[in-house]
Amino acid sequence: MNDIVEGMLSAFRLIFSLDADLFEIILLSLQVTLTAVIIASVIGMPMGAWLAVNRFRFRRLTIAVLNALMGLPPVVVGLIVYIMLSRSGPFGVLNLLFTPTAMIIAQVIIITPLIASISHQAIRDLWADYHDLLISLNTTKRQRIFTLVKDARRSLLTASLAGFGRAIGEVGAIMIVGGNIDHLTRVLTTAIALETGKGEFAFALALGFILIALAIIVNLAIHSISKTERASNW
Amino acid sequence: MVSKILPLQIKNASVKKRGKKIIGPIDLGISDAGFTIIMGPNGSGKTTLMRLIHGLENPREGTSTWNSDLKTAQLSQSFVFQTPIMLRRTALENITYPLILQGIDKNTAANVAHKWISKINLEASSNLNARYLSGGEKQKLSLARALATNPQLLLLDEPTANLDGSATKEIEKLLQDAHEAGTRIIMTTHDIGQGKRLAEDIIFLYRGNIHELGMAKSFFQKPVTREAQAFLRGDILE
Amino acid sequence: MKCLVAILTFISAALISSSIIAAEMKLAVTTSFNNSGLSDVLLPEIKNDLDLEVQLLVVGTGQALKLGQAGDVDAILVHSKKAEEEFVSQGYSTHRREIMYNDFVIVGPSDDPAKISGSSTVVEALGKIAAKPSLFASRGDDSGTHRKELSLWKDAGKDPDEFSSSWYRAAGAGMGATLNTASGMNAYIMSDRASWLKFGNKGGLKLLFSGDPVLFNQYAFLPISPEKHPHVKIELAMKLEAWLITEKAQKIIGRYSINGETLFTPNANAKVN
Repeated sequence: MNDIVEGMLSAFRLIFSLDADLFEIILLSLQVTLTAVIIASVIGMPMGAWLAVNRFRFRRLTIAVLNALMGLPPVVVGLIVYIMLSRSGPFGVLNLLFTPTAMIIAQVIIITPLIASISHQAIRDLWADYHDLLISLNTTKRQRIFTLVKDARRSLLTASLAGFGRAIGEVGAIMIVGGNIDHLTRVLTTAIALETGKGEFAFALALGFILIALAIIVNLAIHSISKTERASNW
Repeated sequence: MVSKILPLQIKNASVKKRGKKIIGPIDLGISDAGFTIIMGPNGSGKTTLMRLIHGLENPREGTSTWNSDLKTAQLSQSFVFQTPIMLRRTALENITYPLILQGIDKNTAANVAHKWISKINLEASSNLNARYLSGGEKQKLSLARALATNPQLLLLDEPTANLDGSATKEIEKLLQDAHEAGTRIIMTTHDIGQGKRLAEDIIFLYRGNIHELGMAKSFFQKPVTREAQAFLRGDILE
Repeated sequence: MKCLVAILTFISAALISSSIIAAEMKLAVTTSFNNSGLSDVLLPEIKNDLDLEVQLLVVGTGQALKLGQAGDVDAILVHSKKAEEEFVSQGYSTHRREIMYNDFVIVGPSDDPAKISGSSTVVEALGKIAAKPSLFASRGDDSGTHRKELSLWKDAGKDPDEFSSSWYRAAGAGMGATLNTASGMNAYIMSDRASWLKFGNKGGLKLLFSGDPVLFNQYAFLPISPEKHPHVKIELAMKLEAWLITEKAQKIIGRYSINGETLFTPNANAKVN
């Protein structure tokens, strides 16, 4: 119990000390996760919309697989990405292992199914609502997907934020493919794992509280941006 | 000048769902002018017939032939649903949406939309999200959205079924204006009074088939079939 | 949308800028080495003297050897002589260079239920723990420390595979995590001295046995062979190795201490095997 109080206190001390190393870690956490969320959204959202609007033979199977992939174990993803990017692996020549790019790749794989699946659900509901109108207005498939993605943007934002939440707190995959190298690939979660390993619980908790605060701040910021975007939104 | 899409010829058409016949076989000609009301008890296939005309349902058998090519026909008709389907956008954007889809530039579309917004007395709510409108306002907005594209044929499926008297009156006024401006209107209703107020001619549907078809006046005064007589008396029809 | 573009620009700019570093090489080291804090002293000196950025991958010996085999690091610094010699004979490394040693200690509950303090050898101490038996936390992760522990049990005439999990708990984790486990269970554990001294969650645990020469733990530096992996930075690895055996580096290692206790004994020599 003492550790928690001590953790909170040292979290404040850390932030107000404006420690350069700490800000480097925070910044890298944000860079890696936000980049992964943007890439995963660009892939996942149209995929979700496409699945909602189209009827094809293996649609149910595809959706079931997608939903199952939401629970991908990050360590397994990390291991697979490691093997792919390793010097002895197929993409070794790209020299991406133990770089932020490798971490982004792993996170994109982890959160794309999540974003696609939530997007699919949101767009499926909206499509049920819009179906007759959009058919009646004689829209093309492209116009339908574009309209659905545009009008479901609030729910899609939720999908992105869910992806952000999963990615920012992820440690298993990025530890393996990033290597937790100081000043290069160390992010908040891997730093927390490192400090926990050292038995420095208070410091680890302090980083943990900063991570939680960061997640809250990003969520609030994105919500406020999306609200000012339009006077009356959904 | 866009070519005329009417008359429409429906021949020997039937619609089945899950193996069960909903309507048909139906032979029906839709002339290029007038105000037709489709009446009939619940489950008689009114909505399905409307959707068949509009192309939302494909006939299992039979044909449906427009005077023009299909593309022109699809672009020159509008459909108003019983429960208004609102885009999750502002009232104004709900009207501009189909206009922009048809390739009309944004400024022109906005001008047209403003004209319609004031016609339906929604100026105060034009930038409000359509979900905040009342049921009557939503239906007026759907009607304005349907008319803004200047359709040759306007189809309405029980547009006032969920509305109170004053909202119904407003909708009826808009329909009469459109009719006078030359829009061909086909609409369903279960409200006999509304039928009497609006219809020039009547299609009476029972169990998926057309039982009577003719001038409104003679239908209401001298219905021929037993089913139509019972319906107008307000008897329960099995 | 504008906001998204701004964020993307910020991210890509930051990612590009962070990849511009002078000479750099990757070195896989064991948790015990990193936990000691010695790297925090050595790395700035290396940067200063060689203008070389050494990026540490802190992993278990097993994973360090794997990373070396795959050519994902330029050199490894580990402590498991048998595995290292095999590594060299398989051609993954050109040679192994001994740098320094530290020692393992046995830590346990401060009331010492198995009465191991005062034992004359570590084999005797382990025998007492198994005879009682008292809770014992093992790394169980195929690391250098784990392999050492297994060989000591063998010396004591026991086979850990036959131990009951009612007292012998294989954590399958790193040194720190296993120390946390031991602290939570109030169990005996074998740890390297540095990790123990630096450990912040000692709880009811206490150092009970150390000093048996069998517990000495030799660290060796192994550069990855460019014959297996032409892309490795063998020159930088050799430069680092040459620096580690200089008198200066050896002195830094020998003087490094925590709470007044020195941790490492430098023993580099010209001998290479």
